Amino acid sequence: MDITLRVNGATCTGSPEARKTLADFLRDDLSLTGTHLGCEHGVCGACTVIVDGRAVRSCLMLAVQAAGCEVTTIEGLGPEGGLGTLQQAMWDSHSFQCGFCTPGMVMQAAAFLSDHPDADERQIREALSGNICRCTGYESIIDGVLLAAERNREHRAGERP
Amino acid sequence: MKLPHVDYEAPRAVAEAVELLAEHMDEASVLAGGQSLIPLLALRLAHPAVLIDINGIAELSGVSAADGWVAVGAMTREYVAEESETLAGAVPLLAAALPLIGHEAIRSRGTIGGSLAHADPAAELPAVARALDAEFVAVSQSGERVVPAAEWFEGYLMTSRRVDELLVEVRFPAAGRGTGVSFQEVARRHGDFAIVGLAASLTLAEGVIGDARLAFAGVADVPVRAVDAEDLLVGEAPSAELFDEAARRATDDIDPPADLHGSSDYRKKVAAALVRRGLRAAADNAHERQ
Repeated sequence: MDITLRVNGATCTGSPEARKTLADFLRDDLSLTGTHLGCEHGVCGACTVIVDGRAVRSCLMLAVQAAGCEVTTIEGLGPEGGLGTLQQAMWDSHSFQCGFCTPGMVMQAAAFLSDHPDADERQIREALSGNICRCTGYESIIDGVLLAAERNREHRAGERP
Repeated sequence: MKLPHVDYEAPRAVAEAVELLAEHMDEASVLAGGQSLIPLLALRLAHPAVLIDINGIAELSGVSAADGWVAVGAMTREYVAEESETLAGAVPLLAAALPLIGHEAIRSRGTIGGSLAHADPAAELPAVARALDAEFVAVSQSGERVVPAAEWFEGYLMTSRRVDELLVEVRFPAAGRGTGVSFQEVARRHGDFAIVGLAASLTLAEGVIGDARLAFAGVADVPVRAVDAEDLLVGEAPSAELFDEAARRATDDIDPPADLHGSSDYRKKVAAALVRRGLRAAADNAHERQ
């Protein structure tokens, strides 16, 4: 089936089989391999991307269902060639070890922070509870997202150091 | 795993979807939010020849209130229902359960009708529908059929939907004055399936319980109403002793399944604790809504 969608701001076309998930379409057809596939049945959260402003699991959505949608993957999150505030804060907080879960964590946190800029630690833990990390023990990930929220607040208040 | 080969149809109207169902019958699976069906395909637990994707049918989404009922279109996504002021005001038990469904990214795609048609007995929405005596509207080429919640859930992942029927809408009765609700659940991790869940609703008038509804998730292959406990509560004034007795009656006859998360006996104890907590919270909440 022929589809047209926007991925990271660019118009893309493709002809995926109906059974191809959005995750496989992004990775295999568009070579956007930053989206990782862990469990392939919606449990681990590694494949989380943003579709029309909402975090979704790209292994639980068919590529053909993304026709006409605006998709953002980890490749399109930061400014060209650099890191966004969330990515930099997570970098500074050592929020990853092996990095496998990182794209999903970052996309889920990005979607959550854009809707809940003043989220506290408990809310962030809850928002990320569907993303599994086998290395960090989560603490450094939560620290990174909290730091990003704090930097965003400082930026909004015009007090960026 | 990757999904198996499957044909795909994307009707744009209910009439078209129903025609496809009549053509494919039990060879077809209806694809709504996909948050349960796609894992079933990936794990080879479902083998439909064709997916009938109803995401493009605009008439299936939306929340509307009329005549003491709130109608929720089957394709209404869970996050949309979560943000609905109509539901928050008129069906507070549903509103209380919605944030507990899966994780945020699941609710971005998951739908009210999809969860209720999937009918996982450990899920939140079947317990809510059962507690409130929701009505299920199913459409086929022979017309519309309204099925009460008591007759909708037939077994593990089984409903009384006929193979040529499409679930188009679920109707919930609007909560009256003095109705307090609570959705309680115990899970190992926020967003996981509940080890046991409980939908509780109490309506108080002049300090006396006029209506009581209790439905468990996760204690049997269907959501279970605690009728004996409800009968005990009606006509009484809320008290700790009454709620203790209700918890005993609600859990006397249940025989929950055992799995690696807990034994049957453990689940029974959790269920009793949830009845006490749920009734206490619903009674407090009812006072606030007087």
